[in-house]
Amino acid sequence: MQVEFELNGKSVSAEVEARTTLADCIRDDLRQTGTHLGCEHGVCGACTVLVNGDAVRSCLMLAVQVCGEKVVTVEGLSGDELSPLQASFRKHHALQCGFCTPGFITTAHALLTNEPDADEDRVRDVLSGNLCRCTGYVPIVEAVLDARSHYARRGGK
Amino acid sequence: MKVSNSYIGRPMERVEDLRMVRGKGTYVADVNRPGQLYAVILRSSVAHGKIRSFDATKALELPGVRHVLTAGDLGTVVPRIPLRLQPLPELEPFHQPVLADQKVRYVGEPVAVVIADSAAVAEDALEHIDLHIDVLPAITNREQAEARRAVLFENHGSNTAITWKAFRSSADAVEEAFKTADYVRREQFKIQRHAAMFMEPRGFVAEWNEAAGKLTVWGAAKTAWHNRRVLAAALGLDVEAVDLIEVDVGGGFGSRGEFYPEDYLIPAAAKLVRRPVKWTEDRREHMMSANHARDIECDVEIAVSREGRFIGLRGQIWADIGAYLRTNGSVGPRNVAQYMSGPYCFENIDLKSSMLTTNKTPSGTYRGPGRFETDFIRERLIDIVAKDLKIDRVELRRRNLVADSQMPYPLASITPYDSSTELDSGDYHAVFDLCMKEFGWAEKSKLSGKLIDGYYHGFAVGSFIEGGAAGPKEDARLVLETNGLLSVYLGSSSVGQGLETIMAQIAADATELPYEKITINHGSTSHVKDGYGAYHSRSTVMGGSAILLAAEKLKVRIREVAAARFACSPDDVTIDGEQVEHSSKYLQLADLSDTPLEVEASFFNKKYTWAYGTQAAHVAVDPGTGHVKVIDYLSVEDVGRMINPLTLHGQAIGSIVQGLGGAFLEHLVYDEEGQLLTGSFADYLMPTASDFPIIRSITLELKPCPNNPLGAKGAGEGGLIPVGGIMANAVADALSHLNVQPMELPLSPPRIWQLVQAAEVDRATT
Repeated sequence: MQVEFELNGKSVSAEVEARTTLADCIRDDLRQTGTHLGCEHGVCGACTVLVNGDAVRSCLMLAVQVCGEKVVTVEGLSGDELSPLQASFRKHHALQCGFCTPGFITTAHALLTNEPDADEDRVRDVLSGNLCRCTGYVPIVEAVLDARSHYARRGGK
Repeated sequence: MKVSNSYIGRPMERVEDLRMVRGKGTYVADVNRPGQLYAVILRSSVAHGKIRSFDATKALELPGVRHVLTAGDLGTVVPRIPLRLQPLPELEPFHQPVLADQKVRYVGEPVAVVIADSAAVAEDALEHIDLHIDVLPAITNREQAEARRAVLFENHGSNTAITWKAFRSSADAVEEAFKTADYVRREQFKIQRHAAMFMEPRGFVAEWNEAAGKLTVWGAAKTAWHNRRVLAAALGLDVEAVDLIEVDVGGGFGSRGEFYPEDYLIPAAAKLVRRPVKWTEDRREHMMSANHARDIECDVEIAVSREGRFIGLRGQIWADIGAYLRTNGSVGPRNVAQYMSGPYCFENIDLKSSMLTTNKTPSGTYRGPGRFETDFIRERLIDIVAKDLKIDRVELRRRNLVADSQMPYPLASITPYDSSTELDSGDYHAVFDLCMKEFGWAEKSKLSGKLIDGYYHGFAVGSFIEGGAAGPKEDARLVLETNGLLSVYLGSSSVGQGLETIMAQIAADATELPYEKITINHGSTSHVKDGYGAYHSRSTVMGGSAILLAAEKLKVRIREVAAARFACSPDDVTIDGEQVEHSSKYLQLADLSDTPLEVEASFFNKKYTWAYGTQAAHVAVDPGTGHVKVIDYLSVEDVGRMINPLTLHGQAIGSIVQGLGGAFLEHLVYDEEGQLLTGSFADYLMPTASDFPIIRSITLELKPCPNNPLGAKGAGEGGLIPVGGIMANAVADALSHLNVQPMELPLSPPRIWQLVQAAEVDRATT
């Protein structure tokens, strides 16, 4: 069946089976491979994308569920320059192998967009839904906390 | 103007991050080839049994299914995977066949490969394969293995594959030492099965070019050159006909990149169907097929003098290696025995480590292999001794650390694959004292055993050693391109540790060229003739040292070419950054030659590096739930020389948190029938962002390694090594009023709760 939605600001369409997940559609049909699959059962969070601004697990959502919706992946968060959150991840060495990173960045972006003043406990609580095997999380939390000022300045947008 | 680069030692932000934070990295699942088919593997759902029948007729009738590859496609003999490390002939019976050969020996063992137009269709086809297995009794623990309720390898006749023997002094001397010691203590310990569990699932894309007779495989990691030799031999190809390509790698920790059945099956499938074939494992599949680790139990004895001098260690270790011996499966069981003495002086050692085959997923190395286990055993023993002898546990450790003046200090030798090694250098006491000071031990530990707001507070300290820089060699090829840019090609490989950045720092300092003009290429077999890769904390030391040697050769070459241009002697040419000079005449490197200048060098090394350190921790234990809070954790480590403090610090923190996962959470659990009960991230618990918020690490450059030109010691595994022992000792300290003594990991809430309950019953009845 045909699905049409907005991906990173552009209208896209794909021919998928009813059982095709959003993750597989984005990765295989639309060849945007920044969204990663680490568990395919909704625990690791590597596949997190934004659907109408909400952080969702694209491995647990079907492609047909986003017809007409706005989907943003990690590729859609920056242009030529790194986004403040991406630059903060680099500055704080908040990634090693980089595989979980897109999911952390999309999750944190959704959090700070809604709650630019989130404190450390809140950040840790929200990020506890994403698994990272390399960093021990300490630098990820630092990176997210350090990026808050950019979101506050944008008035939570 | 003569420039002098000093990138080594600077906390450079990583080159890799620029693509990775944007989602522009390329992992193997992101690789696609025109016309590719998809492979899915049929795995045994039975732990132990004989294959009675196999029928894929119905699966082949499904639209989109192209082929079902079985043992019959692989010739008269199913290829078996040779050992990469410790390849003893007596271990050959335990090599894993690439597909189950008449018998299955663990849940998850590959039986057949379905190749189809999509992964979904291939998965559908699995349901239509009729596989009948006559079930045999499953061996799932040591008692069953030793009782031989069933034998995995009938021709071998026993479930004990081999026994390693670690020794220092003679058997008679050890016997005498224990006989005459003032104090001996014998205890049993267990460390649970868990695994590296890197985040990116394994995968391959393989493509066979019939016209060129050439095979290309994307998805290589860790040991590409070794794996190429194994794959070429198994497929009957010349080594040069096979290229293994490393793309971005989502974590390794010892497990990824070893030669697994799929390393053969996917290329073999591509060659058979003459189309590119792609395979990506899912998480459940990963948990039952990639190497497991740890799973050690032991019965060991320590001898100590009245003054608290360690005299000897002896005993028996049993390592459950699972159903086959994987490529590096001996390393963990061997290390438990050889390195049990750690950073302490033990003159008498007699430890045996038996590898037992069971009907579980085969095991291999995982960060700090054998060391995490053996440090748990040793550090627990030390605290128990301290309590018995009424010697302060800090003082007891200090009294027995190897002194700077004793370096190099030999560790136990091991047999049958003989090896011996010695601690290279270090001021263990200085690092120990610094850790105590920075932790604030004297003040904080006053809370030891105190009950505050429902939590008992406990403290522990422990020291460790970390071996690194395994030989025999690593290669580097430097190419000064005609535009003046420098391309570096390395036999080292990246598993996510920031190799491109670190090696560019080393290359910039060695060549005096601008950091920005250097690109690092690594891990693919097309880059250098021979390579060894990323294991045993060796990439930076070995690959980095090879760059230093190659850079000297490049300078010679540049002087030769410049001398021809200047019509002078090479000795009279000065290299000055991006230009060469003779008698005030200058030439830019970009204008030097019409052809690239290429040099290659190998760094050879027979001696391990030994990073070392001390860690201290503060925990709070809830006796009502068994939950342990880590209040503070500090690691102090000496690595000789740091290339990039930012990435090294990241390694230290990440490693400690992995260790905490092994200490508290992670457990691969099997039932009596050999079924894996923890096949998802909902069942196999990994540390999350809210579990261990306070982890601190200090890295020192106290004693440069004398055995390589960088002075660096392999680091990155160290943080994890002592964590299990320190956490168990801290819990024992917190619950000292109950004399709770954890002898087994993980320190899960139910286990701690049960220990508390048992201790309270004991106290009530005595």
